[in-house]
Amino acid sequence: MNSNRRILGHLYMAAFLFYLMLPLFVMAGAAFNDSKLPTVIPWKGFTDRWFIELWNDNRIWGAIGNTLLVALAVVAIAVPVGTAGAILVNSISGRVRSILYGLMVAPILIPGVVIGISTLLFWNQFSVGSGLHLSVLGQVSYIASFVMLLVLARLQSFDQGLEEAALDLGASHSQVMRRILLPHLYPALGAGAAISFFQSIENFNVTLFTRGGADTLTVYVFSKVRSGITPSINALALIMILLTLAAAIWYELNRRRKERVESAREAEARRAEAAEM
Amino acid sequence: MHDLFRRYGKGLTFTFIGLTAFWLLVLVILPDFKLLESSFRPYLPIKEVGGPKDVYSLGNYAQILGNHVDFNSFGLHFEIPARIKVFVLTIIYSGVVTFVTFALAYPLCFYLAKVASNKSLPTLFLLLFVPLWVSEVLRSFAWYIILTLKGPLNAFLMAIGAIEKEIRWVEGYSPVVITLVYAYVLFMVFPVYNAMQSLDNNQIEAAEDLGAPWWKIHWRIVLPHSKPGIASGAVMVFMLSAGSLLVPAIINSTTGNWFTQTIQGIMMEGQDWNAGAAFAFMLLLFCTVAVTVAMRIFRVKLSDIAK
Repeated sequence: MNSNRRILGHLYMAAFLFYLMLPLFVMAGAAFNDSKLPTVIPWKGFTDRWFIELWNDNRIWGAIGNTLLVALAVVAIAVPVGTAGAILVNSISGRVRSILYGLMVAPILIPGVVIGISTLLFWNQFSVGSGLHLSVLGQVSYIASFVMLLVLARLQSFDQGLEEAALDLGASHSQVMRRILLPHLYPALGAGAAISFFQSIENFNVTLFTRGGADTLTVYVFSKVRSGITPSINALALIMILLTLAAAIWYELNRRRKERVESAREAEARRAEAAEM
Repeated sequence: MHDLFRRYGKGLTFTFIGLTAFWLLVLVILPDFKLLESSFRPYLPIKEVGGPKDVYSLGNYAQILGNHVDFNSFGLHFEIPARIKVFVLTIIYSGVVTFVTFALAYPLCFYLAKVASNKSLPTLFLLLFVPLWVSEVLRSFAWYIILTLKGPLNAFLMAIGAIEKEIRWVEGYSPVVITLVYAYVLFMVFPVYNAMQSLDNNQIEAAEDLGAPWWKIHWRIVLPHSKPGIASGAVMVFMLSAGSLLVPAIINSTTGNWFTQTIQGIMMEGQDWNAGAAFAFMLLLFCTVAVTVAMRIFRVKLSDIAK
C-alpha cells in the first residue's frame, strides 16, 4: 500500500463522514433561523421561538408518550417471543429447523407496508379496530426476528453440559432455566431489548396503517413535515441529534477509560512477570 | 423435540412452543393469508359484505392494468398502465439506489478493513453510527430542506459558479434516490466491511509482490472475497428502498411516485382495503422472488443475509 493511496483513503473517509454529518447540521441550523420556512438560506436572524413553540405543542408530548408506551409494549412481547423462538430453533435439527428458521428470519425482509396492511385486515375480521395495540402486534412480528437472531448467536456459545449437570444434581427444570440458561443469555436479552426499543421508535410503515387516529412521534413528525411545515420540527431534530451525540460521547469516553484500565493492568502483569524472573 | 422435553420439562417446552406459535402463526402467517384472501374480494359497502355480491374475483388485481400512460425513459417509449409503470420504476430505481450505495460503500469498507489503524476503528464506527440513530424521518427531512429550490444546495452551487439558475431538484426520481442512498448507505457498509475484514492481508501483499495492478487486486481478490457481504448488503438495501414509504412521501416529488405511495393512496384516500391488499400482496410476492433470485445468483443462504 503506497502512501499516496493511503492519503486518498483518509480523504475519502473524511469526505464520507462529512457527507453523513452535513445534512444533520443543515437541519439543526434551520432551528435557529427566524424564518417561517425550515431553511438556513436566507438567514433571517437568530431566534429561539421554534423551541418555545415546540415546548408548547401539546400534541407532540402526547405523541412522545404514545411512542414510549408502544416501544415498551413491543419490548415486553418481542423479547420473550424471540427468545422462545431461538431456544426452539437451537434444539431441533434437519429440515424442520431450516423451515422454522426461514419463517423466523423472513419478517425482517417483508416490507413494512405489507405487515401493516395484513395486521390491520387480520384483526379487523375479529372486529378488533385499528389503534396502537395493532401497531404493537405488527411491530413485534418483525422485531422479534432481531431478538431471535441475537439470542440464537448467544446460544451457540452455551455449554449444554451445564444444564445436564444441574439436572443430574437434582435441579428442577425451572431452576435450570432461571439459574443457568437465562443468566447466560442476559447480554443478548439486553441487546435485544435495546434494539427492539429503538426499532419500535423508528417504525413508520407498520404504524401508519395500524394506528387508527393515534399519533406516534415518527408519524407526527411526518404529518407535520407534509402539511404545515414549521421549523419547530428542526428544533426537535436538534434536540434529538444532541441527545444522540451525548450518548455517543459518553460511550466513547467510557470505552477509552476501560481501554486505559485494561492496558494499565496488562503493563502491571508484565512488570510482575519480569520481577519474578 | 425429545431433547427439549428432557432439558426443560413439559411446562417450559410448551411455553416455548406456544410463544413461537403465537409469533409465527398469529402475527406472521395468518395475517398474510388474510391479506391474500382479502385481495380477491370486491370493494363493497359494509351492508353488502358477505352478501351475494361478495364473491372472489381477480378484479383488484386487474386494477393495476387500468389508466394507460406513456412510458418515456431509459430511451424507451411505449404505452403502459400507470400503476405498472410506477411498480417497474420503483424496482429499477431501487436497483439504482442499491448500486450507488455499493459504489459509495466499497472504498469506505476497504479503508476501514485494510487501511485504517486498529486504534481509530471504534471511534470511526461510532461516528458512522451517529446518523443511523437520528431517526429516518428527520434524515429525510434534512434532504428535503437541502434540495428545495431556494435551498442551500442551489445557493452553494450558484455561489461557486457551477450553475447560473437554480436547479429544480425535486422532480422525477432523483431526489428520492438521493435521499434513499443517504438513508440506507450504512446498511451496505456494515456487511461489506464484515466480509472484507476477514480477508488475509498476505493475499493482497502476495498479489502486489507478483506485480498485479491495484484494480486487478480488487477485481480478482477483494471483490470475490467480499461477495457474501455484498449480497446481504444489496438485499437489505434493495428491500428497504423498494418498501420505503417514508422517504418518497416526505420528498414528495409529484413526478416520482413510489409503489408504496400507490398502495397508501388506495388504502387511505380510496379506503379500498381489499384493493390495497392486492397491491400489497404483489409487492410481497415480488420481494420474495427478488430475494430468492439474489440468493441463487450470489449463492448465499438466508442465514448469511440475516447476519
